[in-house]
Amino acid sequence: MSAAEPVPTIGLEVHMHLKTRTKMFCGCKVEYDVRPNSNVCPVCLGMPGVLPVMNGKALELAVRMALALGCTIPGLAKWDRKHYYYPDLPKNYQISEYDQPLGVKGHLDIETSQGPRRIGIIRVHLEEDAGKLMHAEGGGNYSVVDLNRTGTPLLEIVSEPDVHGAEEARVYAETLRQLAVYLGVGDCNMQLGQMRCEPNISLCIGADAQGKPRYTPISEIKNLNSFRSVERAVTFEIARHREEYEADPAGYTLEKQGKSTRGWRDDEGVSFLQRSKEEAHDYRYFPEPDLVPFVPDRQWVEEIRRTIPDLPEIRRRRLINDAGLSEYDAGVLTADRLIADYYEAFAEYVRDAKIAANWMMQDVMQILNDRKIAISEFPLTPQAFGDLVNLVASAVINRNTARDVVLPKMLATGKPAGEIVKEEGLAQTSDESAIEAIVDQVLAANAKIAEDYKGGKKAAFGRLMGESMKASGGKANPQVVKAILTRKLGG
Amino acid sequence: MAVTDLTACEIRKAIAERRLSAVEAAEGCLRAIGRLDPKIKAFLSTDPEGARRRAAEVDRRLAAGENVGLLAGIPVAVKDNMCTADGQPTTCASRILGGWRAPYDAHVVERLKAEGAVIVGKTNLDEFAMGSSTENSAYGATRNPWDLTRVPGGSSGGSAAAVAARLVPIALGSDTGGSIRQPAALCGVVGMKPTYGRVSRYGLVAFASSLDQIGPFGRTVADAALLLRATAGHDRRDSTSVREPVPDYLEGLEEPVRPLRIGVPREFFSAGIDPEVESVVREALAVYERLGAALVPIMLPHSTDYAIATYYIVATSEASSNLARYDGVHYGYRSSDHTDMIDMYMRSRAQGFGDEVKRRIMLGTYALSSGYYDAYYKKALAVRRLIRRDFEQAFAKVDCIMGPTSPTPAFRVGERTADPLAMYLSDVYTVSANLAAIAGISIPCGFTAGGLPIGLQIITDVFTEDRLLRIARMYERETGWTKRAPPIAEDAA
Repeated sequence: MSAAEPVPTIGLEVHMHLKTRTKMFCGCKVEYDVRPNSNVCPVCLGMPGVLPVMNGKALELAVRMALALGCTIPGLAKWDRKHYYYPDLPKNYQISEYDQPLGVKGHLDIETSQGPRRIGIIRVHLEEDAGKLMHAEGGGNYSVVDLNRTGTPLLEIVSEPDVHGAEEARVYAETLRQLAVYLGVGDCNMQLGQMRCEPNISLCIGADAQGKPRYTPISEIKNLNSFRSVERAVTFEIARHREEYEADPAGYTLEKQGKSTRGWRDDEGVSFLQRSKEEAHDYRYFPEPDLVPFVPDRQWVEEIRRTIPDLPEIRRRRLINDAGLSEYDAGVLTADRLIADYYEAFAEYVRDAKIAANWMMQDVMQILNDRKIAISEFPLTPQAFGDLVNLVASAVINRNTARDVVLPKMLATGKPAGEIVKEEGLAQTSDESAIEAIVDQVLAANAKIAEDYKGGKKAAFGRLMGESMKASGGKANPQVVKAILTRKLGG
Repeated sequence: MAVTDLTACEIRKAIAERRLSAVEAAEGCLRAIGRLDPKIKAFLSTDPEGARRRAAEVDRRLAAGENVGLLAGIPVAVKDNMCTADGQPTTCASRILGGWRAPYDAHVVERLKAEGAVIVGKTNLDEFAMGSSTENSAYGATRNPWDLTRVPGGSSGGSAAAVAARLVPIALGSDTGGSIRQPAALCGVVGMKPTYGRVSRYGLVAFASSLDQIGPFGRTVADAALLLRATAGHDRRDSTSVREPVPDYLEGLEEPVRPLRIGVPREFFSAGIDPEVESVVREALAVYERLGAALVPIMLPHSTDYAIATYYIVATSEASSNLARYDGVHYGYRSSDHTDMIDMYMRSRAQGFGDEVKRRIMLGTYALSSGYYDAYYKKALAVRRLIRRDFEQAFAKVDCIMGPTSPTPAFRVGERTADPLAMYLSDVYTVSANLAAIAGISIPCGFTAGGLPIGLQIITDVFTEDRLLRIARMYERETGWTKRAPPIAEDAA
């Protein structure tokens, strides 16, 4: 047996809600903050005699995601019933896809601190979500169930065991989310349960005599609902596997113990056993007789493929390589497709990717944050906002005036930047004699500071700049002020 | 002549000509039910007030010269596994749905209402349509109107008995393995299983989804045609319902199918067939021959012995899944003596389901279990394809296939309840049409010496119900069997 360092071998199952208006098999709305059991009907309640009808939009979004992950869309996908008894599942079976999913064999490229990685995708399939069971508080001997979520279209994406560490697992999940948001496939708000991650963790512990790799038992951590918990849970599990393996190298193997299911206690930072191999469910899958198989029209699939926008990774690379943005800026600006769309339109209009990036990062994002609004609700078009930035570039106003005076007025009134500058008389002056007069006054009134500067206190320059700008009412061209000051102070 | 002696088509004509009011028709049926049903027990519930209200509405609309539907004023009974949102129960003859009220109408119930039918009540069945005698009902067995000591067949025994006893002219049943045709044969009425997908299953409480199909009962072929026409057609709520146009089944019904090649499978006259049934059915075939039809011996090698085995794997597997929802959590019966959640599931199901339903849930659960799936369910699907192929090959040579509907006439109450396998063999000639998803009908073709009705089964290819009805009508016109009423109905009239 090889004594090589055990290699974490991790596959992830990610579930995400698709962004459909209605549920997967009925006309009930998909909403998150509504009264329990208000979006339900006989179909999603699983009443006697009801039948499911497939939501075409869910199929389209699922195929869209599968295509974006480079999957093949087989000529036929079928629906199966997966059986288990639980009160949040009114039919006591879930309609899913068992052995013929709608997308197979794809990949996702991710960027980790160790460099780029390609993670294989085994399959992408569609299924229905269950409801939410809440146990009585204060030890009451009952539970209540909210079936609003029942029947929400759920996409499951299963990766190959190509992930080899906790950071990679987190980045994979983050990248998948980014992609889904980007494609409009799902909102993936993890607090709302719109995305859940389930890593399957094992350590590769060398090879047997025939050269076949050996593994520690697989543990699947259920229902992780933050990226942080994905990273923490995987870190914890890797360490736990190592300890268990070191304590019992002969017994702690996949061969002997199989697969178990574990939960994660985020507050304590520990995983705990939920089901061992012996307690594994027999889901008794069989083909769903109430639905006809899904035979995707090739033309329809190609149509969907055509409407897939630039993927975030491609866009990010382009911003770094072509526009010369930093990795960080490019990452932030491409995290959300609509922000990236806005940025690109804006940058094209002002013809300077870096200046546009600064305004986006420092001003637009700040405003979105402060007002808690999405970029789609930002009141200025990229062109209107670009007009303001162009006024700075052409030295009509300076950056501070643009940011502190004109921008707030644009947001408040919706007036064009040029009109505000004209009305308020904000256009800056580059008239050297006028500015020189102001600088002279400032130097006279601040002789002590000027002396400090000459005596070597470089910071004093900034104060004199500030006083001069203030004396000009903010209208003096700062470049001109700086030049005159420098000259006068003999710098 | 009493209203209850009229066929649906006759009632329709009389109402249209204002010789009869819808209220009179409804009252006549309600009176007959009141008089006879305590003995027959065809109905699980009746809705006299609702029936009178709907009948009065039809009369009002007729008087106002408004458009009324295809079934205006015709009293109809509905098997109690189809949902009705009128506050009446939908029990499936099961304790587990006792007290449950459906919040919606089944597609067929919507259709009945839209066509002006007057639903008078819901009929008895084997629990969840699992059985061939209507004895597996949590609310008591239905009796055969021709002999009250015998069963009416099943599972749609309530609907068949109600039509045979002239409590209603027409009724809806559901057929998963023969549950319309076999009780039609045993009760001496016409019962048809349309092609799978012909009638929407939305609102039919599922037994075996890939086999279940709703169909009509009537005393005559024309009445069955009328009810089929009113209920058939695509429904977007049932993904397996088909977008085939619905012909007017009454138009051209009188036109014989000529030339007519009748396939007679050796397998349908195999060991186990009652000699009286065999001779009566052979005599019926001779009638067709006299009408110019050619009898062609054919083979359906997979369609009797294998059919029963295949059927009981497919049907029970699907049933074990479909019936998983009855768990006492969201609706229906919940045990009151449970200790925790799992115990609640177990006790609710143990107390709520009858023996036959439990037997089938266990069979199906076993067949779908990991390690057994390939040997049972998957193999059954493969045999099902062979059965379908048997029929495809047969229909390349013949226009229809004929044989007995049931190997025996009505058996005595209790006779087969202790022997599930004997009961399962009641379906030996009917299950293959369900497995092959094709159309079949049973029409009365004579009686035993003891006065029990015998049914002739006619099977045709998918979506050829119009031809099937015409072929049935050819025989009906030559013989008088569909005019006979059981003594109990005649005494009453």
